[in-house]
Amino acid sequence: MARYIGKRLIYMFITLALIATFTFFLMKILPGSPIASADKLSPEQRAVVEARYGLDQPLPVQYFDYMFGLLQGDLGISINQFKGANVTDVILSRMGPSAQIGFQGMLLGTVLGILFGMVAALRQNTWVDYGSTIVAIIGISIPSFVFASMLQYWLGLKWDLFPVALWKDGFMSSVLPSIALAMFPLATAARFIRTEMIEVLGSDYITLAKAKGASGSEIAFKHAFRNALIPLITVLGPMAVSILTGSLVVEQIFAIPGIGEQFVKSIMVNDFSIIMGTTIFFSVFLIVVILVVDILYGVIDPRIRLSGGKS
Amino acid sequence: MEKILQVKDLELSFHTFGGEVKAIRGVNFDLYKGETLAIVGESGSGKSVTTKSIMRLLPEATSEFKNGEILFGGRDLTKLSDKEMQKIRGKDISMIFQDPMTSLNPTMPIGRQITEPILKHQKISKDEAKKVAIDLLRLVGMPKPELRMKQYPHQFSGGQRQRIVIAIALACNPQILIADEPTTALDVTIQAQILELMKDLQKKIDTSIIFITHDLGVVANVADRVAVMYGGKIVEIGTVDEIFYNPQHPYTWGLLSSMPSMDAEDAKLYAIPGTPPDLLDPPKGDAFALRSEYAMKIDMEQPPPFFKVSDTHMAATWLLHPEAPAVEPPEMVIERMKKFPGSRYYEGSAN
Ligand SMILES: Nc1ncnc2c1ncn2[C@@H]1O[C@H](COP(=O)(O)OP(=O)(O)O)[C@@H](O)[C@H]1O
Ligand SMILES: [Mg+2]
Repeated sequence: MARYIGKRLIYMFITLALIATFTFFLMKILPGSPIASADKLSPEQRAVVEARYGLDQPLPVQYFDYMFGLLQGDLGISINQFKGANVTDVILSRMGPSAQIGFQGMLLGTVLGILFGMVAALRQNTWVDYGSTIVAIIGISIPSFVFASMLQYWLGLKWDLFPVALWKDGFMSSVLPSIALAMFPLATAARFIRTEMIEVLGSDYITLAKAKGASGSEIAFKHAFRNALIPLITVLGPMAVSILTGSLVVEQIFAIPGIGEQFVKSIMVNDFSIIMGTTIFFSVFLIVVILVVDILYGVIDPRIRLSGGKS
Repeated sequence: MEKILQVKDLELSFHTFGGEVKAIRGVNFDLYKGETLAIVGESGSGKSVTTKSIMRLLPEATSEFKNGEILFGGRDLTKLSDKEMQKIRGKDISMIFQDPMTSLNPTMPIGRQITEPILKHQKISKDEAKKVAIDLLRLVGMPKPELRMKQYPHQFSGGQRQRIVIAIALACNPQILIADEPTTALDVTIQAQILELMKDLQKKIDTSIIFITHDLGVVANVADRVAVMYGGKIVEIGTVDEIFYNPQHPYTWGLLSSMPSMDAEDAKLYAIPGTPPDLLDPPKGDAFALRSEYAMKIDMEQPPPFFKVSDTHMAATWLLHPEAPAVEPPEMVIERMKKFPGSRYYEGSAN
């Protein structure tokens, strides 16, 4: 197990290096300059500013400088969005709200999704089943910004249950964005669990459990649930991605000072080092999620043994 | 002998998109205390459905008892609530399934799978249940059972898994054990071992066994009596000797002829021509008539009743009607009948 994780860490490192390299050169190819109002500056002024951020160096030098900094955990300095602030500090200071709504959204979505899927499978072809299928379809097909706006209008404005936007009322402020983020994980989990539960409930070992005298609930929870859970792990990765991309939009709509909101702004103002830093931060997050998913597999499914040899 | 289970005029249908599948079309048999009754017949003849309906393991939504009763302990199992059935399943009646590779829960240690019915049906502590489980594993021939309780099904071979399934079935000393083709999915040597085990257990425990198989060779080994099923009905039932050496139904003749024999080296394996009847629209008369060279006109029109051959032997074929013409069974069946006192071809013990 330790050997397996060690090996995975090396792969993660290589993946990150590739992502950093790719993003770096992509940024350089794209038009636009991070220096605000660059057109209005005289060439001399411009040279001064560029020199300050090392932008006057040849590309390979810039690249190795950046990668070397990265090795030491230095993501560079914000060029214009946060004028000179350390990128790592910027990201860390913005992580709180993002992590909170992301975690709440994921938790709410998965738990409700599993519940919906279970109920739908156990009450197959009843209105409960159809109802939860409709919720799942809505959750997958309605884009999060539409859903977010609806939440703002109904729960925020009309019924005045939660703040419409901004990050001022602690937990209450996090409710609507969390719900908006929860929709995709909810729908995905519900669909997966339903399909899988129905398949598992039809398998021989469930018949054997019945033949032992197990009751309906014992069969559902002691025998079927754990087996139906296994494939859900495979979509935890895509769900985490949906939380990330969702947060870009949702944080904008709810004006939440999180990483997503800051990332979108940094793209608009071409803040090279913030874009790079956030991309790398997101990549680390995803790679860790994937590792956790693989480890979870072994925990939930005894047939999968993680070893150094094969996985 | 004491009857422990009586199946009377059982009719059961499945409701499918294609229509009503009449899977069981009037099945009658008794199971006596301590005996092994084999049910044989081609695949699709209704063996599994019959036994699953005794355990009430068929999908509630699509299956329906149309007629008849299943009497056990003075109660009609077809009428019991699910709660009442749960108390019987695994305790009074238990079941072994065909495929040991899929009949154990892959994410539950086998120890827990064995103790589950014990804890469910008996007032006993977890530790005691574990001891019982270990004893059961030893009984079914699992080496080092203590060490294996925490292991998962994938850590066992097919034969070992079937031993575990048997241990689960025996956990509460059931009065009836139903084994639905318990060796079919195993390879030949393992098959022999599991059969050996079952015969062994038969002697040690006082349980009535319903043994389903499509392999007549297995039947001769384990059964006291045999019921031959075809197209959702029992067509012939009798003691092992009666079925093997004095068979009366053309379908039984066909089954016996298609059995690979030990002595005939040149044996071309015989196969009954044609296919089993469509249970969506079962034939009016004898379901086997269309495949039988002995079919008469009445076979197409009226289902044959049971004719008594002996006190223990009955067959549903018009050939046994007093007015039916005498027919010659296939050669190899005659050879068998020559050895059976009471058959019309009996040649005496001098032979
Ligand atoms: N759940 C079901 N739904 C519809 N038809 C079924 C179902 N189970 C069994 N049948 C049908 O009932 C008949 C008897 O099947 P079965 O008892 O499994 O045969 P076997 O003798 O091989 O065990 C077959 O025609 C089969 O197609
Ligand atoms: Mg079967």
